[in-house]
Amino acid sequence: MRYLTARKRAEGKGAAHHGAEHHWSMQVSAVGLALVVPAFIFIIGRALGSSHAEVLATFQSPFVVIIVGLTLFVGLNHARKGAQIMIEDYTQGTTRKGLIIFVTALTYLMMATAIYALAKLAL
Amino acid sequence: MAEFRLPVNSRITTGKTWPKPAGATNLRQFDIYRWNPDGGKNPCVDTYFVDMDNCGPMILDALIKIKNEIDPTLTFRRSCREGICGSCAMNIDGINTLACIYGMDEVKDGTVVKVYPLPHMPVVKDLIPDLTHFYAQHASIMPWLETKTNRPQKEWKQSIGDRKKLDGLYECVMCACCSTSCPSYWWNSDKYLGPAALLHAYRWIIDSRDEATGERLDELEDPFKLYRCHTIMNCTKTCPKGLNPAKAIAEIKRMQVNRVV
Repeated sequence: MRYLTARKRAEGKGAAHHGAEHHWSMQVSAVGLALVVPAFIFIIGRALGSSHAEVLATFQSPFVVIIVGLTLFVGLNHARKGAQIMIEDYTQGTTRKGLIIFVTALTYLMMATAIYALAKLAL
Repeated sequence: MAEFRLPVNSRITTGKTWPKPAGATNLRQFDIYRWNPDGGKNPCVDTYFVDMDNCGPMILDALIKIKNEIDPTLTFRRSCREGICGSCAMNIDGINTLACIYGMDEVKDGTVVKVYPLPHMPVVKDLIPDLTHFYAQHASIMPWLETKTNRPQKEWKQSIGDRKKLDGLYECVMCACCSTSCPSYWWNSDKYLGPAALLHAYRWIIDSRDEATGERLDELEDPFKLYRCHTIMNCTKTCPKGLNPAKAIAEIKRMQVNRVV
């Protein structure tokens, strides 16, 4: 039980003075993904069921590597920020902080793995 | 914090079924949420039968009839009876709306009318939610004209075009239907201002006479105060006054982006 006024509860700790850049970057990455994801699906769709040699040949094209790389990098960044919003929506306190750290680490790990796999295919 | 089950002492039990009025042929069933803070019991749903041949056309008419003729302990707020005061906001047939302007014929279920208090708010008694925090959030956005220029001798002038920008915003009666229909407000109402307060914030941000636009936008730039809105549009769908809080929030976000980019 704390004797706080309703106004004090509503004001809380005040505004954090950030959030617009997160919102803007999500919009930009969403538009970017709308452009690269169709090309990514086309490339991966064509490569499905191919032999190892054919896949290697596909990934010799700079266009393919750039599109796949962009999709994975922008997509994982978008996923990280989107997941952070969901975590903030549904959790609080230490759980919230822990989950945000976990998702951030997971997406960066996935990015590093994707870059390594792409480099191995392309080079 | 998301809560997927009601607390143990808030779970609804079966209540009393009140006797049908004698001699009535055109009856309609009302299932109404009841909770008395003095009883120490869980909330329940009481069933009432209303003679529709002797009742007005709106849900509020039936509630008043129940209170006057069947059960005087039924508690709810009401005042203007014409959608101006926002007092009788409640959840009717699964929709947050004003009982005074929601007609019996609008209820989807042909026979049973289900009436609950506004969702996810502390209940004072029966159909009365505690709106203290909601009103404090409204006060926190400074719902008044802020000026720095010396007061003019007559009035603060406003062009007809600038005045028109306030249409669709000033009509909000603060009934809380929109905010209490928003899941983001359910989970994070301690920090998220909710659609009603943000609609009012936008109303003052775009007022051509107001000179605190920057400060207002500063106070709203926060991952929780503003950006918990994910534009699911429940607020716009449920607003009994036909306003569009989701659009107002999107406009605030656009103004915030324009400050950064």
